[in-house]
Amino acid sequence: MNPLPRTLVTALAAVPALGLVVFYFWPLTTLLVEAIDGRSVSDALTRHQTWDVVWFTTWQALVSTALTIAVGLAPAYLIARYEFVGRRQLVAVLTALFVLPTVVMGAAMLALLPDSFDRTVWTVIAAHVLFNLAIVVRVIGTMWEHLPIDMEGAAATLGATRWQVFREISLPLLRPTIVGAAAIVFLFAFTSFGVIRILAAPGTRTIEVEVWRRATQLGDIGGAAVLSLLQLAVLGLVVLWTSTAQRRYGRPIDVRVHARRRRARGRRERSVVAVISGLTFAVALTPLVALTIRSFSTPSGWSTTAWRTLGRSEVRPGIRIGVDPVAALGQSVQTAAWATTFAVVVGGLASLAIVAARRSGRLLDIGLMLPVGTSAVTIGFGMLITFDTPPTDWRAAWWLVPVGHALIAVPFVVRTTNGVLQAIDPRLSDAAATLGASPTRAWRAVVVPYLWRPLMVGAGLAAAISLGEFGATSFLSRSGDETLPIVIEKLLGRTGSLLQAQGYALATVLAIATITIALMIERAGDTAAIPGRRGTRRSDGRY
Amino acid sequence: MRLEVDAITVIFDETVVLDAVSLTVESGEIVGLFGPSGSGKSTLLRTIAGTLRPDSGKVILDAQDVSSVPTHERAVGMVFQDNQLFPHRTVGDNVAFGLKMAGIGRADRRGRAASWLERVGLAGFDDRETDDLSGGEAKRVALARTLIVEPGIVLLDEPLTGLDRELHDRLAHDLAQLLRATGSTALLVTHDADEARIICDRTVHVTDLGA
Repeated sequence: MNPLPRTLVTALAAVPALGLVVFYFWPLTTLLVEAIDGRSVSDALTRHQTWDVVWFTTWQALVSTALTIAVGLAPAYLIARYEFVGRRQLVAVLTALFVLPTVVMGAAMLALLPDSFDRTVWTVIAAHVLFNLAIVVRVIGTMWEHLPIDMEGAAATLGATRWQVFREISLPLLRPTIVGAAAIVFLFAFTSFGVIRILAAPGTRTIEVEVWRRATQLGDIGGAAVLSLLQLAVLGLVVLWTSTAQRRYGRPIDVRVHARRRRARGRRERSVVAVISGLTFAVALTPLVALTIRSFSTPSGWSTTAWRTLGRSEVRPGIRIGVDPVAALGQSVQTAAWATTFAVVVGGLASLAIVAARRSGRLLDIGLMLPVGTSAVTIGFGMLITFDTPPTDWRAAWWLVPVGHALIAVPFVVRTTNGVLQAIDPRLSDAAATLGASPTRAWRAVVVPYLWRPLMVGAGLAAAISLGEFGATSFLSRSGDETLPIVIEKLLGRTGSLLQAQGYALATVLAIATITIALMIERAGDTAAIPGRRGTRRSDGRY
Repeated sequence: MRLEVDAITVIFDETVVLDAVSLTVESGEIVGLFGPSGSGKSTLLRTIAGTLRPDSGKVILDAQDVSSVPTHERAVGMVFQDNQLFPHRTVGDNVAFGLKMAGIGRADRRGRAASWLERVGLAGFDDRETDDLSGGEAKRVALARTLIVEPGIVLLDEPLTGLDRELHDRLAHDLAQLLRATGSTALLVTHDADEARIICDRTVHVTDLGA
């Protein structure tokens, strides 16, 4: 492909690069340099509580990960190997669970438990399992679907039982994929914030929650910063270990022979399929149903009171709840709209720059991915302590929360868009050039038109992320400007069944909004096709 | 071992792939199975191996109905067109896989795998990775892996397709010799009349076997 003029590429990269420096690297550096000194480090590291929190965070994440993999393998196999009534719906339901905002997931689990139930750590772990089931089913299921079914048949003809086939053939071949899925689940469980805030008993704290508590409740900025750093180090190690393990276990497999899914044959096979799919449906749907039911349940029986009183800030004359659910809904929509706009503009420009700049584009690509690996709480915390002095005292600025959300959403926009742009056949540009188009002209005619569809998908992702974002928002939102997740957490934390029912009602609204967006993304992704290459590549990587 | 296929019917999504197919292969006999693409030859092999359950009909081995016996208990070996070697195991471990499943000890397995590798002309290949093998070498490993467990029936699904002419002819002779030397009962799916003449005692056409 003819190179684009350097000035154009630089201009494209300028805005994303500047945004990354100002809103990510600067706050992170401030966190490291200003908040951390020798004393805060030694204080934090010698405090017994710190190591309790680190230990708890680690073991609950490990147990959550192991259980998610164990629970997810059966449905992953089912979805990979069998065609059955409700298969698509099962995938959709699991995906819906995955896109649920953390506070909604916490609320749904809470709704499931009787009021008198002790909130143990196992409830938190159950929420983590449910939340991340979709990762295991989709990531491992997709790989399983590509393992040649004849290889399992070959092992069986050599005398291997079903279990031996799984242990000796499928499991070793799936291992890199399982390691990858486990790493993602571990990262989510390790940095769990919303679920713990809603669901865990007081005193049950992950590092993420402890950072928030120290920074906002105790005013111990130094201690919070040390914990943030500690968490960042653990996450870095996990990523490093994962890529090493995946390389070590990785084996080239001939995946050209796509194993075809088939219907279950025979009574035994049919009942196994029915039981596993039925159980998965039940496990996935029950919390969502419980959430909705709880919003209609009051001590005096079924009623729509919670829904009807959402708009009033007074529950009873004279008794104010301190938050305004309807205003929060408006605030969330407004925030999501701006966050989406920022993320799409920045992400779109970045994608064009990354693809056009080739090698030096990698640097921008990696840089923009960093916020995903950094916890949302760390990002929010860094921004809070950085933008607090004039001329950059932006704490009250309306755009600070949307910018925080956009920082987290941009990598998703870039990933979606890059995949499509990189799949465009470079020969199309060459063809345009032979017809007399200048490099810029050819680029506008060949590359830019393919940007819109993935950007729409990216916009959906950004909107869903922004609507549910809780970690960074906990630091950045100000009283009176709360978004839905913040208000839901506040309502569910109150005593009084009407307030709780209102919390469940708002969580239901948020669940419906994010699930709708996710389903729209799935549909758009299914139909996004790019001409120019042999065959048609779809945005999910299948051909 | 004598193989009898009795009125096997397989239907995929309302398409009848095999319609009451019947076939007998006598003990020690090598039968070539012809038929156009999509006529259900591979499907027939899979139902005999037990990796696919037919909608109706029986598979009988030595007068015993094995229709509901799982694959691993059928003593049916199968060589696939694309070999299906296990990529995460060495050549030696691939060949010894069936012995491992039979609970045979490590030292014994290694010795027997080495001697089978020698028999198919790959002496010393034990510790090689499968992705370092050429097409012909991989084919020999797949054959050794199947024959080492001395299956009652050997099913071969176009085992020599995709090899260049010279290699194909040489392997066809080697394969015929191996099957005869082990006294195997075998069913070979092929498109190639010359190949069938070299290897098989007789040939049948899949479309002649159905109702």
